[in-house]
Amino acid sequence: MSTVTDRPSGTAEFDGIHYPDRPEGPIAAAILAGGVGALALGVVTTLSEASTGFKDALNWNNAVGPLSGKTIVTVLVWLAAWVVLHLVYRNKPYETRRALTIALILIGLGVVGTFPTFFQAFGG
Amino acid sequence: MHLTDREWWGLIHGMGFGAVFLLAFAGGLAGLYSLRAGLVTPEGVVERMRRLKIGVVAMAISAWGTVLTGTWVVYPWYRATGKTSPKSVLLADPATEGWHEFGMEWKEHIAWLSPILATVVAFIVLYYGTNLIRHDRVRRTAITLFVLAFGFAAVAGTLGALITKVAPVH
Repeated sequence: MSTVTDRPSGTAEFDGIHYPDRPEGPIAAAILAGGVGALALGVVTTLSEASTGFKDALNWNNAVGPLSGKTIVTVLVWLAAWVVLHLVYRNKPYETRRALTIALILIGLGVVGTFPTFFQAFGG
Repeated sequence: MHLTDREWWGLIHGMGFGAVFLLAFAGGLAGLYSLRAGLVTPEGVVERMRRLKIGVVAMAISAWGTVLTGTWVVYPWYRATGKTSPKSVLLADPATEGWHEFGMEWKEHIAWLSPILATVVAFIVLYYGTNLIRHDRVRRTAITLFVLAFGFAAVAGTLGALITKVAPVH
């Protein structure tokens, strides 16, 4: 017979398997941050095509070209968003389904932003 | 039989990290899919969770390895200004310029979505652990992001293989 045993430490055991008590907030934060990172890549890719000045500003390494700045900015935005969202949601029971829905929309926008047919339409 | 340094790096980028990525994805997906109540035992879950954690972390590391070597090691050779660089060769012929204008332009950007999402999945598995067994919604979320990470890498990898066939880095 299945039984659930709550422990004083905030963990539970069910059918002999140990489940540590963890809020979903940090998971939601990580998922949302992933979406923000994807959107950031789409935005910097499209802006880089639309503005020569922006593209030149992202040329942080001559061998790699503007892709160096685009990818570093994306990673920095992603990590910064993750830290902020983690601090906001670390102890909250945030629904991961809502986080996934938002993240999928952001990822979709990011993919559009990196699609050549789209971003090249902004080129001079 | 001889490979240049550039060809070795191309192999490390595409087939070295790529092979680890594929293996880790297959193992990780199978592990996540079968991590359901009724399919795990108290004795088996410890070993299964360890294997799953290794799989998702290996996929994230290999994804980062692929994009970092691709962007910072191989890509500069691809886009070099000389007439013989792959980019110059592709753009010199209207029949092949699409491989750069569409193929490489998409590959070089979309590939970066893969390590980001793979890292998110690795975090979910490491943080939530066995809770994935009883919270099916979170497990399915992790699977969705895991498959997306693989999908973006597959797009980039396929385009990379095709571009290399048309204009290899020597």
